[in-house]
Amino acid sequence: METYNSNNIQTLEFDALIIGGGGSGMRTSLELAKSGLKTAVVSKVFPTRSHTVSAQGGITCAIGSADPDDDWRWHMYDTVKGSDYIGDQDAIEYMCSEGPKAVFELEHMGLPFSRFENGRIYQRPFGGQSKDYGKGGQAARTCAAADRTGHALLHTLYQNNIKEGSNFLNEWFAVELVLNKSKEVTGVIAFSIESGEVAYLKAQATVMATGGAGRIYSSTTNALINTGDGLGMALRAGFPAQDMEMWQFHPTGIYGAGSLVTEGCRGEGGYLINAEGERFMERYAPNAKDLAGRDVVARSMVLEILEGRGCGEHKDHVLLKLDHLGTDVLNAKLPGICELSKTFAGIDPVYEPIPVVPTCHYMMGGTPTNIHGQAFTQYNGVDEIIPGLFSVGEAACVSVHGANRLGGNSLLDLVVFGRAAGLHIQEALKSGGGVSDSDSDDIDQALRSLNALNHSESGFEVAEVKRELQAVMQNYFGVFRRGDYMEKGVAELNTIRDKISNLHLKDKSAAFNTSRVEALELRNLFEVAEATAIASLKRTESRGAHARDDFKERDDENWLCHSLYNPTNKELSKRGVNFEPKQVETFEPQIRTY
Amino acid sequence: MINVNIYRYNPETDQFPYMQAYSIERPKKDIMLLELLNILKEQDSSISYRRSCREGVCGSDGMNINGKNGLACITPISKAIQKDKIDLRPLPGLPVIRDLVVDMTEFYAQYDKIKPFLQNDSAPPAIERLQSPEDRAKLDGFYECILCACCSTSCPSFWWNPDKFVGPAALLQAYRFIADSRDTKTLERLDDLSDPFSVYRCHGIMNCVSACPKDLNPNHAIGEIKSMLLSNKRNIIASDGAS
Repeated sequence: METYNSNNIQTLEFDALIIGGGGSGMRTSLELAKSGLKTAVVSKVFPTRSHTVSAQGGITCAIGSADPDDDWRWHMYDTVKGSDYIGDQDAIEYMCSEGPKAVFELEHMGLPFSRFENGRIYQRPFGGQSKDYGKGGQAARTCAAADRTGHALLHTLYQNNIKEGSNFLNEWFAVELVLNKSKEVTGVIAFSIESGEVAYLKAQATVMATGGAGRIYSSTTNALINTGDGLGMALRAGFPAQDMEMWQFHPTGIYGAGSLVTEGCRGEGGYLINAEGERFMERYAPNAKDLAGRDVVARSMVLEILEGRGCGEHKDHVLLKLDHLGTDVLNAKLPGICELSKTFAGIDPVYEPIPVVPTCHYMMGGTPTNIHGQAFTQYNGVDEIIPGLFSVGEAACVSVHGANRLGGNSLLDLVVFGRAAGLHIQEALKSGGGVSDSDSDDIDQALRSLNALNHSESGFEVAEVKRELQAVMQNYFGVFRRGDYMEKGVAELNTIRDKISNLHLKDKSAAFNTSRVEALELRNLFEVAEATAIASLKRTESRGAHARDDFKERDDENWLCHSLYNPTNKELSKRGVNFEPKQVETFEPQIRTY
Repeated sequence: MINVNIYRYNPETDQFPYMQAYSIERPKKDIMLLELLNILKEQDSSISYRRSCREGVCGSDGMNINGKNGLACITPISKAIQKDKIDLRPLPGLPVIRDLVVDMTEFYAQYDKIKPFLQNDSAPPAIERLQSPEDRAKLDGFYECILCACCSTSCPSFWWNPDKFVGPAALLQAYRFIADSRDTKTLERLDDLSDPFSVYRCHGIMNCVSACPKDLNPNHAIGEIKSMLLSNKRNIIASDGAS
């Protein structure tokens, strides 16, 4: 096989490059398409195949439709509380206050939201939502297009990108970041999956919109493509990741299959029952019950199972009861769930409850950024912008979700911060901001891993190593965590690292070689898994989604902070949380109950 | 045992495509075809196919399963299998890139052609545009399309004129915008479809309806478009040109 170097690959030059064609990437590109800057969206799948398509329940935002008195500050309060107080309050404030504009924009673009009788956008209750700063009872704040909101949102964004003439490099895979000598990001090495052609995609701004990495676990609601490619590239380039111990386990993944069953089911009145038929959430969260924070519900489910009240032959799941809602509600509000349940659980929710189990769903951590999407690293405890690198959406940690994301906030995150990054890049590039060129050594350096894989004559099987990795994460870094187990997990990951650097690519062909893509994805999964493992082991408290048996309490004295994982020395440092919103008073940490 | 025959073609090494036979023990559980393919790919990493969500919402893994188009990730083995045998081929009518992967350029070009985005002449209000639940319901059965191409690639008219006949998938989308009370370009949209090929090449064969893995009905959308065109006088002449 040919060895690639800076002389035998072509260079394609852009002003801005967006890696990832999901919700956040396409919202960024839409903003840039209108700017006249030369932009390309690099997506390893055709954009509407991105994982945003699987989002179901909705986009949470105080648009004042279900309740004309609703207030973005109440949404902000819920989000801060949901984050277990390590969400950055300046970023949460920005998201919640800018949110209505972003949602109305989507509607104007054509998103087919469901409607109330008065013609306004339909909103449903979701977990962790309240009125009047937790004092006014359950709110209904999640804007929905039936239970296919992600599909509707992703297609609407793609459609409007067509309208604005955005440039797509579809089925191109980004392999590595290219860095110049000053550690500025000048683009990526990528190849066309269809032809195998390798290129240096050069840009003044490179935006990672690569989504999550749920595939580090063996059981996940995530698509097969969710392999943390952007975060993997950033970690290999030596850039840090923030709050990687914070992984959301969604209470309701379909038992056995892992497919998501929206929280909207419980928002519409469904509830969980154990083997005794008991609505057990009443015991764990007397007020919010089944609509407590996702971390709270997931833990309660696991406790029910551990205490022998699980359902089925192996007593290893619980049931989501919906039949009491009636056929009309289920068909109108939850048609996709009915379809999924029939396909993957073999049951019709109109008659029977759905078997569900907490399933890895969302990565709260990611590349740390400010509200403009600018990625940063730290030198001697001081934040320093990484020139040329941006990150948005699930790949980023801005951080609006902190230790636990509220349902419906991810779609809002995508559009608000996708737009913000697009706006910032326009301004920055038009005022002359940019990066210096990389030289041929820098490009050759970035080509190394691809060349090594292409020349592998022997080594480890990708599928086997991936299974091993996923088992380690599933066994040692799940809903409940323990120091001794996690140490074992970290040690096992160490031996897996050797295998990752010796993967065998049997098929060396150029055209649509998906085994090459899978090998490269596994390298990214590994980086994300290792960051997760080390951050989980070193955060010695329980907060939000991070629940430790050996440190059961939240420890605000030591851990009311972000964790920052440094991939170079594999150390975890602490970074301050922003408690300084601009328009409202700080929400002080309180004991978090639902 | 199950015999799985897979259409193989690698442009770098094969002059012609061929069917390769794989034999695999039938899993105890009734798994989906995509999972079966994933198992086979562990044995033979050179098999190429697209996949993403693995739950029937992204539309990546449309393929021809024992002669009928469908999504591998939501087709259980028990439904696909005929006489212990499953034949998997790429979607028909589009150029094959490799194995089960087809070049969808023409399919997407037809989608782009119908202007698949909301157009409204008036400036947007400060909040959302209002739409009654009844008007919103008119989009049900149309907006859910996942662009998997199972319908268009099962349509003989699309096989014949993929460049000129818009095809069921894109016509379904065309109607989704025509039916949207918020869109003000209905007449222009109809005008764009009034030539002899765009919509009138549909002869009601209905393969699209039987192929759609989301149970949508492109034929219904096409029928609505045709009757709107016919009730629109200036298009009658154009429709006479179609055979």
